[in-house]
Amino acid sequence: MSIAVAGTRHLQALLGSLGKLARNPFSTALTLLVIGLALSLPTALRLFILNAQLATGGFTSAVDISVYLKTDVPLAKAQQLARSAGERSDVDSVELIPSDKAMEEFRNYSGFGAALDALKENPLPHTLRVHPRSDSRSPAAVETLRRYFAAWPEVDIVQVDTDWVRRFNGILDVVRRLLAIVAVLLGAGVLAVIFNTTRLEILNRRSEIEVTKLVGGSNAFVRRPFLYTGALYGLGGALLAWAIVEIAVIVLSQSIATLAQLYGTRFSLQGPSARDVGILLAAGFALGWLGAWISAARHLWRIEPRA
Amino acid sequence: MIAFDHVSKRYSNGREALTSVTFEIHTGEMVFLTGRSGAGKSTVLKLIALLERPTRGTVLVSGRNTTTLKSRHIPLFRRQIGMVFQDHRLLADRPVFDNVALPLIVAGTSLKEADKRVRAALDQVGLLGKERMLPMELSVGEQQRVGIARAVVSKPPLLIADEPTGNLDPYLALEIMRLFRRFQDVGVTVVVATHDLHVVREFGQRELVIDNGQIHDDVDDHLPSVIAVR
Repeated sequence: MSIAVAGTRHLQALLGSLGKLARNPFSTALTLLVIGLALSLPTALRLFILNAQLATGGFTSAVDISVYLKTDVPLAKAQQLARSAGERSDVDSVELIPSDKAMEEFRNYSGFGAALDALKENPLPHTLRVHPRSDSRSPAAVETLRRYFAAWPEVDIVQVDTDWVRRFNGILDVVRRLLAIVAVLLGAGVLAVIFNTTRLEILNRRSEIEVTKLVGGSNAFVRRPFLYTGALYGLGGALLAWAIVEIAVIVLSQSIATLAQLYGTRFSLQGPSARDVGILLAAGFALGWLGAWISAARHLWRIEPRA
Repeated sequence: MIAFDHVSKRYSNGREALTSVTFEIHTGEMVFLTGRSGAGKSTVLKLIALLERPTRGTVLVSGRNTTTLKSRHIPLFRRQIGMVFQDHRLLADRPVFDNVALPLIVAGTSLKEADKRVRAALDQVGLLGKERMLPMELSVGEQQRVGIARAVVSKPPLLIADEPTGNLDPYLALEIMRLFRRFQDVGVTVVVATHDLHVVREFGQRELVIDNGQIHDDVDDHLPSVIAVR
């Protein structure tokens, strides 16, 4: 068989499958919806992980040391301490957050504005935010720095922001595992849906299959339209899942932006990347094709023409 | 073209449909298989088309031994045989054109070539111009002619028909048989199973009489009557 002939046959099977799907819009839509919803969940989880990493990206990789000075330390002394801290070889930079600036931020974002006005004086201390150099971020190096600052008489508390980073990464790891489990389970679900849809389709078209075999249609020829139908279901469901996720991103982005503002960061929700979409569509196509293939292998051989 | 050598066929339910049947049909012959219902006519056709395999003996079709032919070669084998059925087995939801084109599509013929050959086949059975109609919209005789067009569209060297006139009145039956003989005239081997003895006598072709799973008679000397003259 020449390539042109093979191409023609595949094109015929593809167009035939498209036509059949278009002729039963309601059942096609229902099947697509089931597959779309099933595929959208792992895609959404994947986006959740991605965005969580992005949102926290600034401090999950870096380690910050917050040095809270005692409240009676004057600003001039705090500035001097900040300078001397910055001279250490293992410190990259030091940011001084004066108490009135900290108060202002707190007033803006906490929602306690009115309550804070009632306070006679600012209860917040001056704070040094110390960024260690990139080669001094190992737990041991950070511990050395922590002790160094804790030994200063002007220092009240030294807080190393690594515990919650580790916990957060732990949570993300759990979600990542969850994503794998959900993806496998829902992938199996999609396979089952397409397997069953294909089975019904084969039973419906029994007489057509018999006649096709009578006039010399090979098993591959008889199977082909079912494979295309399955693949189209999978691909269509994946496109629907993509649409669902994009719509969810649009719906959520406004409130996420507001939330980010409350935390004082500028973060916008990321939709799926081109690579994610590519993987989603490929997975949908492959699951559809595979489900139909298994179903056809299981059900087609039993249909042999009777004269 | 076809050679049965001591062929027996026992179905899985235990019924012995054929018992040690031996006969030969030559290329270009037109042969009627006659006999009562259940005598074994359909089984002979099924063995020829490889819808069944013989329990004992050998069936040769176009020099191929159907007993040893591998399953994956059956589709190619069947494309050498045009089959016509009593209930014509057309696809009800497809227009006439699609029904007739099916063997060509299956064989990978280009659409352009298929279009030409479908029209030629429909012309041969007198149905040119009805390509877009659905089988249900045609008369019973026309439906059977669509079935015949489908059987001959890929120009197979062998045409087999199982009770092709079973649902037709005598006039239509004769018309269908004349159609078959026109294919014989262009070199096609034609095997027709029928219990319509009237038609068989009119045509004066070779007649294999099957009774109780055996060849009861092989009549080759019918005199053609006037209405069957070519």
